[in-house]
Amino acid sequence: MIITKQKDFNTLLDDVGKGPVFIIGCSECATLCHTGGEEEVVAMKRAFEDNKIEVTGWVVLDPACHLQNDKRLLRKHTDEVNKAKKVLVLACGNGAQTVSEIITECDIITGTDTLFLGEIKRVNEFEKRCIMCGDCIVDLFAGLCPISRCPKHMLNGPCGGAKDGKCEVSQEMDCIWDIIYQRLKSNGRLDQLKEIKEPKDWSKSIDMGRKL
Amino acid sequence: MNYRSNLEKVLSQGKFTVTAEIGPPKGSDPEKIRKKAEVLRGYADSFNITDNQTAVVRMSSIAGCTILLNMDMEPLMQITCRDRNRIALQSDVLGAAAIGIKNILCLTGDHQSFGNHPSAKGVYDIDSIQLIQILKNMRDNGIFQSGDEIISGRPEIFIGAAANPFADPYELRVDRLEKKVRAGADFIQTQSVFNVDKFNEWMDEVRSRGLDNKIHILAGITPLKSLKITERMKFHVPGVDIPEDIYKRMKTAVDPKKEGYGIALELINEIKQIKGVHGIHITALFWEESIPSLVKDSALLPRS
Repeated sequence: MIITKQKDFNTLLDDVGKGPVFIIGCSECATLCHTGGEEEVVAMKRAFEDNKIEVTGWVVLDPACHLQNDKRLLRKHTDEVNKAKKVLVLACGNGAQTVSEIITECDIITGTDTLFLGEIKRVNEFEKRCIMCGDCIVDLFAGLCPISRCPKHMLNGPCGGAKDGKCEVSQEMDCIWDIIYQRLKSNGRLDQLKEIKEPKDWSKSIDMGRKL
Repeated sequence: MNYRSNLEKVLSQGKFTVTAEIGPPKGSDPEKIRKKAEVLRGYADSFNITDNQTAVVRMSSIAGCTILLNMDMEPLMQITCRDRNRIALQSDVLGAAAIGIKNILCLTGDHQSFGNHPSAKGVYDIDSIQLIQILKNMRDNGIFQSGDEIISGRPEIFIGAAANPFADPYELRVDRLEKKVRAGADFIQTQSVFNVDKFNEWMDEVRSRGLDNKIHILAGITPLKSLKITERMKFHVPGVDIPEDIYKRMKTAVDPKKEGYGIALELINEIKQIKGVHGIHITALFWEESIPSLVKDSALLPRS
């Protein structure tokens, strides 16, 4: 799941200016994050209207990152989009860019900040799980990822700052190495940590290219 | 026997070794570091120059080391993985060797969120153990991390690493040391020791695995200058373990500076008795001038 957070409403008011604005949501991640589903899109519409900003229309794309679906769904809203000067996208950074490939005449305003690829723990509680490095190694660490879950990307054990199972960077974060250790210990697989893990091959990350 | 550095020589000859830390200034004035170094001349075998410690921007470690070299004092360059990727790290190692730096301490580095630029992007391309292995391969096999060959001049570096016997999960602490030994570290400087019982426990395990015969271990010593520094270290510096009795002594002391000095002396004397410890590494936070008397009062003079 791509985890997003809505930007502060006052920032969005500044960005949208006098409008008029067309609002776009997303049926997948942003819906589950409660940042850009139908409910949030309609609430945003009301909030703009309360601030005397004209909303020409809205749509929830299915999902916003799907170019062909977006083209099809937006076709029905051509008039509404044409009346707008600004398009507010309540989806991830990918969604906003797919929309900007189609709508080129308006200012695209991103209504959310895209945070990470993570797990939904409970409603509105998310945790980072993956940085999409292109070379998955979680099988070496009891199904847990020290690249995405350790602020120092330690591959050979915990740094010197972990205490009582907590990360030195924040007391709110569990030290992933503590969890890896506990899990491997209970599975009798601590030997897996003895081997020195070589530097990671970042060329496998799609950072180096853009297409698949 | 040809030794790469004075530090290697003193350790190899089995003498109880002393290293001391010098933090470069938050500015470009070389006099600052010269003054600190001059105070310490003759009181340690090699001098650590820190690399933007606690992620606060300071004069670079390599420049600090150069200043020491020009004073005929032996530097020990600290290098962290926080600010450089493997290209920059290897390049700095070659540069350091070229200007005559013989000792390098490989660290992962304090996280940038602790420093004066918390909005910086951390690098962490490799970790400290991988860095040790890379240095070892550059030195002994003449190859870079990629496998590419070093063409002209292998860096003849005495390779150091850090160890923290007090962090969690405790059971992994000696494993980490063992990994550093296998990666190719020649010596270890530990986190400052205040909790001697826990340090002894760690050393017991180190000896039972025979690691003290494979690597030189220098125990960290920090004289506590004030109650304020004690509290900062106890409550805010990750990985430091100041036990209640020491905290209480500092809290109730009429003269905390004197008490802190006394505690450091006691710690050195206790640590000297521990089998498998080959020296001490003194990090005197904002109190470098205490180092000469500390070395003298613990009967560790003269240094060669």
